Amino acid sequence: MTAVTYGVAAWLLVIGIYGVVTSRHLVHLVVCLGVAQASTYVLLLGVGYRVGATAPIYSTTVHPGDPVVDPVVQALTLTDVVVQATVTAVLLALTIQAHKRFGTADPDELAALRG
Amino acid sequence: MTIAPLTFLVPIFAACVVVLTAPLDRRWPALAGALGGVTAATVLCAVLLGQVGGGLEVLWLGGWSPQPGMSIGIALAVDPFGAGLALFTAALAIPATLLGGWLLTGTPHQVSAIFVLFVAAMIAFCLSGDLFTLFVFFELMSVCAYVLVGYRVRERAPLEGALTFAITNSVGAIVLLFGIGLLYGETGQLNLAVLGRTLADTGANTTVVVAFALIAVGFLVKAAAVPFHLWLDDAYAVAPTPVCILLAGVFSELGLYGLARVWWTVFEPALGDHAPQLRAILVALGLATALTGAALALAQHHLQRMLANVTIAHVGIGLVAVGMLDVDGLAGAAIFLVGDGLVKAALFTCVGVLQHRYDIADVRALHGRGRDLRPVAVVYGVAALAVCGLPPFGSFTGRALIEDAALKQPGYAWVPALLALTSALAGAALLRAGARVFAGWGERAPVDPLGEADEDEDVQVADDWALRPWMWGTGAVLVAASLAWGLLPGLVGATARAAAAFTDASGYAAAVLDGRAVSALPPPVHGPGATAFLYAAGSVGLALAVAAYGLRAGALPSAARPIVDRVRALHSGHPGDYVAWGALGTTVLTALFALTLT
Repeated sequence: MTAVTYGVAAWLLVIGIYGVVTSRHLVHLVVCLGVAQASTYVLLLGVGYRVGATAPIYSTTVHPGDPVVDPVVQALTLTDVVVQATVTAVLLALTIQAHKRFGTADPDELAALRG
Repeated sequence: MTIAPLTFLVPIFAACVVVLTAPLDRRWPALAGALGGVTAATVLCAVLLGQVGGGLEVLWLGGWSPQPGMSIGIALAVDPFGAGLALFTAALAIPATLLGGWLLTGTPHQVSAIFVLFVAAMIAFCLSGDLFTLFVFFELMSVCAYVLVGYRVRERAPLEGALTFAITNSVGAIVLLFGIGLLYGETGQLNLAVLGRTLADTGANTTVVVAFALIAVGFLVKAAAVPFHLWLDDAYAVAPTPVCILLAGVFSELGLYGLARVWWTVFEPALGDHAPQLRAILVALGLATALTGAALALAQHHLQRMLANVTIAHVGIGLVAVGMLDVDGLAGAAIFLVGDGLVKAALFTCVGVLQHRYDIADVRALHGRGRDLRPVAVVYGVAALAVCGLPPFGSFTGRALIEDAALKQPGYAWVPALLALTSALAGAALLRAGARVFAGWGERAPVDPLGEADEDEDVQVADDWALRPWMWGTGAVLVAASLAWGLLPGLVGATARAAAAFTDASGYAAAVLDGRAVSALPPPVHGPGATAFLYAAGSVGLALAVAAYGLRAGALPSAARPIVDRVRALHSGHPGDYVAWGALGTTVLTALFALTLT
């Protein structure tokens, strides 16, 4: 179980970064960045997962002492999603500007900065 | 009750107020709100530094203090080092905000609000006591920085710079978070002090070492160490001057602070035996960064890109200092980076004057154009000499301590010479450019095929209002502050005591978790000795010589040209290329860590 989680997370990270490196379109690039970020969601949720445990919400059916999954990583993942949403918004806003002003979303064609 | 949370909550509140004043459609409420926010933050940070004294202020937010066996609360743990860095950030933000009020007039409310939020995030980053808060504020300051760098988004270069900056640094943040996730999977903890204790008990396995490597990479991307440095040129070269003051002054250094913080609180207790190997890796990386940055600065004829390269060079020196992994080196790094941050901020204001006046920052085009700008030339010249390591500026005092640290380590006696060389080359690049622009000396800078599209058209005065004293006056104040920093009585002793507390992992854990006062032994440090003055004289002399030689046409030996061109060509402006280099660096560094630290 854990090995699979770590494997999937590592795969998402590598494939996401590969996508960022080879991308020819900024929207595609931002999505690849999202894939790489998804690796951290999988990793965080994976390390907090317990087989046979329930959601960490104590009530009449779930009592303190019952096996629950780790709430900390779930909070972290949520925070992480918010952070990622912010970054994506900024990047897409810049992409729209690039397309509007310069008619291209190909990072190769922007190329104003060199050396 | 500590006032630690107020230091960043007050500016965040100020940012909200600034946004709310937008309907008034006036500039002054935005400026007043922003200035009020950063000034209040400065005062609060100063009070906090006084409160902390030599100890450690801990606050468990919401009263979630750790119970035996579990800690799920979020802690702010403020030591003199963190509080001092927060104070420096807030204080540097005051002149930057003032300049911003004058220069960033397009959308004053949004820009001011993000600017203050940026400062608040950096302050909070310095005070965080657990990994996830560290990460969240790390991301907050990064996102604010992306937006601020892309302020002139309608132009091609700033747009591209902001994109490259945002993409590379986001990948860095993902790697950092991946490391944090791995570490949490191994330990089930996020609090720095608890992590340190847990790892001291269980020891570090390969996963923990890999986690350390990934976290280190995350911070090194921010600090812009080789080969993660490629984004920095593009971002700092296009950012508005007030933003550059904060970026070059503190933002880069915070990456080094993060690395030092996690090493000494989390990993040192478990991996302390492998410190010699880690020292070798970090010092080598730091020297590579320092020399690359200095060489790139010499090869560069675009003023703002040259300053960006000087920033890379000096982050390299800071990384060597932190990488010495001892009290002297860390204290030296702190003194050096503060003194140097002030000087670099001053240089950015000088370049800003030229840029606003002529709308261009190319040395060739500006040749002799600054002849009538006497005060700017003086500020620039003094700042450039301070970059060389002229006593008694703060950067000199800091470098002296770093040299001491290197000379104390067996086998590192050759390091100070390379640090002096770095300062000399970086300073020479600045002096040469200054001589060309402000005095018109020497040959015109060569046409740069890689640089800005440079046509030999007549450079027109675009705007004369940048000549008013408030712009170069800010630079003068910053240079004076750097001088005062170097002359501050008791600075070396106080910084060394703070560094001793910073490097004492068990003392930190005891203070955070058991509420016991830390009492790290004050280390035997002394101010700059005779060798320090010798190295300083060497680097200032060498800088003047190289600058004078570099004023001739074709000064670069033809054998070196292809190498320099190839290194510069790595700055392709394509974010994918930068991320590819970053991925390669991450792989190599992780492999090195895994091989040598387990």
